Formats: sequence, C-alpha cells, structure tokens
Amino acid sequence: MNGFAGTARLVRLALRRDRIVLPAWILGMAGFLAATTAMFAEQYARHPALLVPDTRIVVENPGMRVLGLVTGAHVGGYALHRDALTLAVLAAVMSMLAVVRHTRQAEELGREEMLRAGVTGRYASPAAAVTVAFGANLVLALLLGAAMVAAGQPVGGSMAGGASIALVGVAFTGVAAVASQLSSTTRGAIGLSGAVLGLAFLLAALGNMLGTVAPDALRVTSAWPAWLSPIGWGQQMRPFADNLWWPAALAVPAMLLLFGVAVLLLGRRDVGRGVWPERRGAAHASAALRSPTGLVWRQQRGTLLGWSVGLLGFGAVFGALSEEIKGLEGEAAEWYATFGSGGGLLGAYWTSMMQIAGTAVAVYVVTLLLRLHQDESRGTIEPLLGAAVSRLHWLRAYAINALAGAAGLLLLFAVAMGVAGGQVSGGRMSLVGDLAGAALVQLPAVCLLGAAVVVLIMAMPRRPAGASWAIVVFTVVTGPMFGPSLNLPTWLLNLSPFNHVPNVPAEEAAAGPLLGLALGALVLSVAGAALLRRRDLVLPA
Amino acid sequence: MTTAISIAGLVKDFGRGARALDHLDLEVRTGEVHGFLGPNGAGKTTTIRVLLGLLRADAGRAEILGGEPWRDAVALHRRLAYVPGEVNLWPNLTGGEVIDLLGDLRGGIDARRRDRLLDRFQLDPAKRIRAYSKGNRQKVALVAAFSSDVELYLLDEPTSGLDPLMEGVFQDVVRELRAAGRSILLSSHILSEVEALCDRVTIIRDGRAAESGTFDELRHLTRTSVVVDTAEPPASVIGWPGVHDAHVRGGHAEFSVDPDELNHVLAHLVGLQVRSMVTSPPTLEELFKRHYGAETAVRS
Repeated sequence: MNGFAGTARLVRLALRRDRIVLPAWILGMAGFLAATTAMFAEQYARHPALLVPDTRIVVENPGMRVLGLVTGAHVGGYALHRDALTLAVLAAVMSMLAVVRHTRQAEELGREEMLRAGVTGRYASPAAAVTVAFGANLVLALLLGAAMVAAGQPVGGSMAGGASIALVGVAFTGVAAVASQLSSTTRGAIGLSGAVLGLAFLLAALGNMLGTVAPDALRVTSAWPAWLSPIGWGQQMRPFADNLWWPAALAVPAMLLLFGVAVLLLGRRDVGRGVWPERRGAAHASAALRSPTGLVWRQQRGTLLGWSVGLLGFGAVFGALSEEIKGLEGEAAEWYATFGSGGGLLGAYWTSMMQIAGTAVAVYVVTLLLRLHQDESRGTIEPLLGAAVSRLHWLRAYAINALAGAAGLLLLFAVAMGVAGGQVSGGRMSLVGDLAGAALVQLPAVCLLGAAVVVLIMAMPRRPAGASWAIVVFTVVTGPMFGPSLNLPTWLLNLSPFNHVPNVPAEEAAAGPLLGLALGALVLSVAGAALLRRRDLVLPA
Repeated sequence: MTTAISIAGLVKDFGRGARALDHLDLEVRTGEVHGFLGPNGAGKTTTIRVLLGLLRADAGRAEILGGEPWRDAVALHRRLAYVPGEVNLWPNLTGGEVIDLLGDLRGGIDARRRDRLLDRFQLDPAKRIRAYSKGNRQKVALVAAFSSDVELYLLDEPTSGLDPLMEGVFQDVVRELRAAGRSILLSSHILSEVEALCDRVTIIRDGRAAESGTFDELRHLTRTSVVVDTAEPPASVIGWPGVHDAHVRGGHAEFSVDPDELNHVLAHLVGLQVRSMVTSPPTLEELFKRHYGAETAVRS
C-alpha cells in the first residue's frame, strides 16, 4: 500500500536514533529483576518456612493485591509480585515514549514535514514507531525471562513472567499510537497515554481487591474489572503457577486494533495538528504567575500532581497493611525491629515507611532542582534575568517550591497512611498526627540532599545531572533501607543524611540531629548561592 | 548623563584560548539609536550579555545607565528592556502570559501600550509559545520589551524571522522610541536595517571595535563606486592611482576610487568622453567587505 511507503527505511531511522535509549531501558529492567529475584531466592533458601506465610499475607491483604497477584507459594512468583507492577509501568512508559518520539514529537519538531515531503507514505511514521516499540517489547520479554532464569528460577515460569510484563508494553504501544493522533502536542500525547496507564492500573487493582481468596489462602480469583486492563492480563498469566499464555496473546490484537484506529484518525487530520486542536490559553498572566516563584510553580505543578497521586496511593496501601505487620514473625520482623524498639513492631514499620517516603520525596526535589540547570542550558533564564530578577531571587523561587513541595508530599503520604492505618485498627485518628510529625522529621535530610545538588549545579554548570543522581543513589544505598544489610563501614554510612534522621515514631525525635541536618542544608545553600553569584551563566550560543 | 552605554577595553575569555571580546570599545549616547554591526561570532551577543550582568568581564570597564552591570544588575534592569537574539521561552505558557510576566518582573507593564503593540504586530496572545512560528516567538519578545517604558532598549538581532511588513512595524516603533528620547542598542547583521534606523554605528570584528562613528564619518574612509561608459576605450583606468577592483569591457568600466584620488580620476575620465556615469556611496555591504575581506561570508 502506498500509505506505508518508506516504512522500512523509517524503522532503520528509529532504530538508529534509539540505539542507546531502548537498550538502556531493557537492560536496566532486566538487571533490576535479576538482582531482586536473586535476593528473594537467597532469603527463602535460608528461611524456607517463611515462604507460605509471606505468600498468604500478600494474598489475603487487599492492599497488597493492589500491587498484583501471587498464585501458590513460589519464590519466583513472590519476587515477581514485588517487581511486576513497577516493571509493567516502566515497560508501558518505555513504549509510550518511543511511539510518541517517532510520531507526535517528530511532527511537533517539524521533522515529519521533511519526511513526508519525500517518498514516504502517510502511515509510515506510526507504522515504523509501532514496529520498533513492539520489537523492543519482544526483546524485553526474552531478557526479563532470562533474568529470572539466571536467578535460578524455572524456565517456563520465567518466560511467562517476562511476557506478562512486556505485554503491557505492547498494549501501550497501541495506546500511544492513538494518543499521538488525538493530541496536538508531545506533552499532551504522553499525558493522555499516562492517564490510560493510570486507569489500567486502577482497573487491575480494583479487580484484584474485589477478588475472592481460595480456602488455602494461596490464590485469588480476580473480579471482572481486572480483565479490562493489560496490567490485569499479565497478572492473569499467573507465572510460576498456571503459566497461562493466552492472556498474553490478547495484547497483540489489542495493539493492532489501536494501530488501526490511529491509521483511521491519521487519514482525517492535517500534519502538525492532532484530532483535538490545541486549546487556547489565557491572554493575560494571572496574578499567581507574575513572580519567579509563581513561574516555577507553574512549570512543575503537573509533575507535583503526579507525585501527589502516587504518594497518596502508596500511603493508603501501606497504612492498610499496618494490621498485618503486627502478626509478622521471623526475619521480616527482625528487619523492621532494626529501626528501633520503642514503638514495637508497628512503630518500626511506620518508621521504615517514612524513610521510604523521605527517599521518594528527595528524588522529587532533585528532579525539581535540576530544572535550575535546564533554565540555563535551554536559555529560558536569559529573559528572566534580563528583567529585574536577581540570581538569588531565581534560586529562592526554586528553594521555596522545593521546600513547600517536599513538605506537602510528606504530609500527604503521612495523612493517607494515618487515615488508612487508623481505619484498619478501629478508627484511631490520633495516628494521623503521629505520622505527620514522623514524616516532617524527614524534611531536613531531604533539604540537605537538595542543597548538595544545588552546589553541584552551581559548581559544574555544564553537566550537573549525572553527579546529582550519583549522590542520590549513594545516599539511598548507604541509607537505612539498604545500608545496614550491606555491612558497610560506619564512616561511609555516616555520609548519608538519611542515617541521621531520628527513628520516629519508633523512638522520640531528637532535636540535635535534626538541627545538624538543617544547619548542613543551610551551609550548602549559602555555598551554592555564593558560587552562583560569582560565575558566568552557561547559556546556549 | 550623556552616555547610555560606555565600554572600554572589555575582555571576555571563554577558556581554552577562546577570546570572545578582545579590548572592545563601545559608546552609546543617551537618546541615540546605535547600530552594532558584525558577522556571526564577532562577539555581539557576548557584549550584550556582559552588559546585562549575565557574564562577567575578565578585564576592562563596562558601564550601562551609569551603573556597573554585574553588581547593579537588578536595579539597572528596571530601567532597560532586552530582546535576546535566540528567543527561548517557556513552551507551555501563552504569549500573553509571557509578556505580562516579563513586564511585571521588570517592574510593571503599561496595559494600553501592550494591547496596542499586540495589535500592531498582529500577535495572538492566547496561543502557547510552542505553537508559535519563529517569527511570532520573536514578536512575543519584542512586544514584551516595548510594552515597558524604559530608558534603554538592548535589541540583539531583533528582526530575525520577521516578514518585511513586520520589519516595517518594528522600524516605526524604534523611530517613535527615539523621538521620545530613548536610547537603543541595535545589534544586527542586516545592513539595510541599521542604515535605515541608526544615528551611529560600531563595527565589531573578532571581539574588537573595528570602527565607530556616524555614516558620514565612516563614508570618508571608504571608496566611491563608479560605473562609467565612455567613447574612448577606458582600458587605461586600471593603472590610475587610487583605482581598485577595476573591470573593463569594451567602452564600459566598473571600479572603485579612494576618496582623495576622486578628483584626479574624474579629470582623467573627462578625457575619455564620458557618455554615462553612475557613482554611488558605499553601502554597508562594502563596509563589511572592507573590514572582513571577501573570504568572510556575510549572512544577510
């Protein structure tokens, strides 16, 4: 067909452009799965008696079923349950970004115009994008399977497990193809695909929560909403138990159907525009926008909303789990007990959840602060500082947004966890206040990490991102979640600010370490500001 | 105060031996439109970024509106407006939002003036920056700058991407600002624009002011172009003192003449029985050729 002329050539172009990014996604995901599966395999090899009770916790607790299904007591299945949702979301995002990059973004940047002026059919770009994304998901399925085999799991279950994740990517390849036709902008197409991903997650979670638990408490039969979601299809393959393959096959017709819809839509619209024209915006700036702080808020409020939804959801899930924790025994109980004994096992559990939330919020703060660098490298700082805005004013706008955003996210997580935890333990509303305090205790450590990133951005203005993420990874790895089990020397552990955060609510908050962390954050902020005042801006030519 | 901008011996190094400004001198008088002419890479944008305090001078003196650009940046920026050469704005904001934001950050915006400018430049303020064409993005920057009534306007290649009609609107606005006594530094590589608007001009080459003055002052340094038809074959023209770049074909000759030899050359031409003759003042194109040589391509 003429409409597809040039598709093969465009596939090669897309492969050339994605030769780094797609392998990085796939290898990163496979490496993560191999490492975590090996970790669980080793853990249950040492304590085989724990596998059945641990599986029952996951099966019986509706909150845990939000994250996925486990069928039967099997190490591979248990490990996959811990990773599957994260990996499925990553596979979907990888596919969405790849498809949008070669369709809507190419149009927005004017590249599609160049291609279509040549001997290239109308449908060649989406066809090439879908082909490449589908191929990437095939490779992903194989490598995820191989990763679990490498971690000592049976081949049949491992391969089914890999497919159960990659099929989500396949389905979202089709979703993104349609979204690219509907939306007029790259951001819009990604946002729309992301919204569908959120819906797919909710349907699968709902179906699993409403499911019925088998008498042996090792299996859940999901309710019908789970079958409306590609994430649900993957879960229904039940890797390491049933190894059903036909749900995986649903994804390919779904992708082809969605691609057909995209082709139909493409025949009805102009190049450069979506089916939905871009909405007109405000002709005047609102009062809230008319300051650097308002401008930064406007640029990142969408990101903050996404983080808010995520932390709200996880707070509710982990809060609902509180009752289950009380009944824990053995190694898991010991692990939680390392966080302090004052509040008993439950207090230790809440403490560890607050540390996870603190780390997550630190990641948000770093993504926000790296926008300082983007302002410079993309040149948007030039009109800003060309007006009567000082460098310090600019930095302060980010600091205010980072501080308020971090405090807001921590409180949101604590409130969600407190409300859900209070519900399951019989309406104990005082928990909300206790957890809110415990969450805010994380704030000085988050600020210290943020201030260190500011120093990096000011000291090495050309490429601060790599070093910034390196210190994030370092502080997390040496932090309370992983540090103690890695047998690292004390001086190294002391470098992570998160190791100095008091174990609240398991123990009383101590003012000393918090003041120390806050003071450190202040000193680094002043150093960052001093560096900024001295140096040239690094602007695009 | 009679100088809006005063730069003397300005040096800016970008490391690794890349010297962007090499003892630059530049003076813009209060109330004048000053052309800042040079090819790409000559150092125009670097100069303006130093004047805005975005870059720090390595040596020399730069003064703008009587202040020191690095130290007094914020106070000075309330009194000036800037149009960057490469307009990088926030893709998710509308043009109207950007104009209001930048105006407010400068210390206030005249709403009537803003609306009148939007009308004159035929700009739709409700579209998002990413949806504008390059020319329309340029218009956003121009309207944002001109909406503020300030003492000095720094315009870095402000008409790139504008169509001729809009270039006309731009020139009208600049003339109105000059009539109101405002000072303007207009960086450009478009010769006709500078010739049409500027009182004085500074030519920058490799980070150094090659020449500065009014057009009259610069003209006397240059040659006059002559195209002549004569009855006697004008082959002898090639050897006359003060004649350059001569091309002779039959009774037709084209050449340029040093100003102090012009009288001599005219006397010689009379002896060849002139039939028709066109002399023209040197255009800025020729000024450029003179300063940068034929091997440097001049983008226009």
